[in-house]
Amino acid sequence: MLQTNLTHVASLTEHTELLNNNENVMICCGRMGPMCIPVYESMEELENEYSNIKFADMEFDSPDAKVIRELPECRNFAGLPFVVYYKNGKVVKATSSIQSRDQITEILDEKFGK
Amino acid sequence: MQNNYDVIIIGAGAAGLTAGIYLSRAKVKTLILNEGAVGGQMVLTHEIANYPGVENISGYELARNMKSQAQKFGCKIRSNIKITDIQLTEEIKQVTINNKETFTSDAVIISTGGKSRTIGAIGEDKFKGLGISYCATCDGDFFQDKEIIVVGGGNSALEEAVSLTKYASKVTVVHQFDHFQAFEHYVEEARNNPKINFKMDSEIVEFSGNEKLNAVRIRNKISGDISEMNIDGVFILIGYVPNTEMLRGIIELNGNNEIKVDNNMATNIPGVYAAGDSIAKRFRQVTTAVADGTIAALSCAEYVHNNKKEPLEV
Repeated sequence: MLQTNLTHVASLTEHTELLNNNENVMICCGRMGPMCIPVYESMEELENEYSNIKFADMEFDSPDAKVIRELPECRNFAGLPFVVYYKNGKVVKATSSIQSRDQITEILDEKFGK
Repeated sequence: MQNNYDVIIIGAGAAGLTAGIYLSRAKVKTLILNEGAVGGQMVLTHEIANYPGVENISGYELARNMKSQAQKFGCKIRSNIKITDIQLTEEIKQVTINNKETFTSDAVIISTGGKSRTIGAIGEDKFKGLGISYCATCDGDFFQDKEIIVVGGGNSALEEAVSLTKYASKVTVVHQFDHFQAFEHYVEEARNNPKINFKMDSEIVEFSGNEKLNAVRIRNKISGDISEMNIDGVFILIGYVPNTEMLRGIIELNGNNEIKVDNNMATNIPGVYAAGDSIAKRFRQVTTAVADGTIAALSCAEYVHNNKKEPLEV
């Protein structure tokens, strides 16, 4: 399990439930690596600022993470973490590799509003 | 005033966190302001096996331990902020962050560290995560049986070039000089690896592709000739640059934009100290950053004490 304070998505069922129960969702699918950790840290902080968004992580190497790894939006990705933003269950944005807090905030504001 | 501290530390890598531990333990009211994630370059290291007293630890864990140790002594840490203004020359130092909050202090330690050097070639930003990577251990497995380039000629570049042959079918090392800066044993290991070949005196001038990277243009620096190479991935491992942009014109830097300090880690401005990878020095290790942070903290505590004439409990 990833060592973060975010909600952990451990299975396809949990992934589905998360999307069904939340209008706006951001999932960071990664490992405890140097490109991923800064993203988790930003998310942990942003969680306090965006009550309208559910922030979660998912272990990249878990078999069920194929739900993210195999998304068409991620097919060209070659850098961890894969970060996917969902609105009403649909992917509205996906990014590959490290993103700064400012870059994440810009996406959150654009896709979900504050 | 709530936003007034004895010392503000800018940067939460090994040097900044160490300074935070020392100062807070000495009851010096300390705030660490950090623009990225806590841990700095330490977090970029998957395994640290040469930190004395700790046989093996991930960079992330070591950073987390240091952070928790500093906080336990009362050090305040604000990370993922952006510094928008910094005033260092007056007796009271002032730092403003992106949400307009301003913090003041008697002294400042700058430990802003470094960041991965980029090539600056056309298309580099566009293909980050889509074929361009700055972390071989993170992204190597995306390039199973693919052809990749490693840019660089230092220890990291050659060590990772060898490591990436576990995944890639072919690795081309592109280096701007005719010789390597890496230790001889890294060079030898790379040269002896049948999957690795070399393009010396060369630099990438353009990355191209549609939805992902699929080619680069390489310029030979001697002849000026430009060739195109189809490629699946490029790992850019050309070292680090100090995070000192915000200090230009404020503090004395050397030609490499590193902060000049004396033996006490003091800069040219009274009450301003610097430590870690952002200072001018030869060796950059977690251990050297920790040492710098310690010296800066002790010097800084003395400065604050002399200014305030209060008892010091270092």
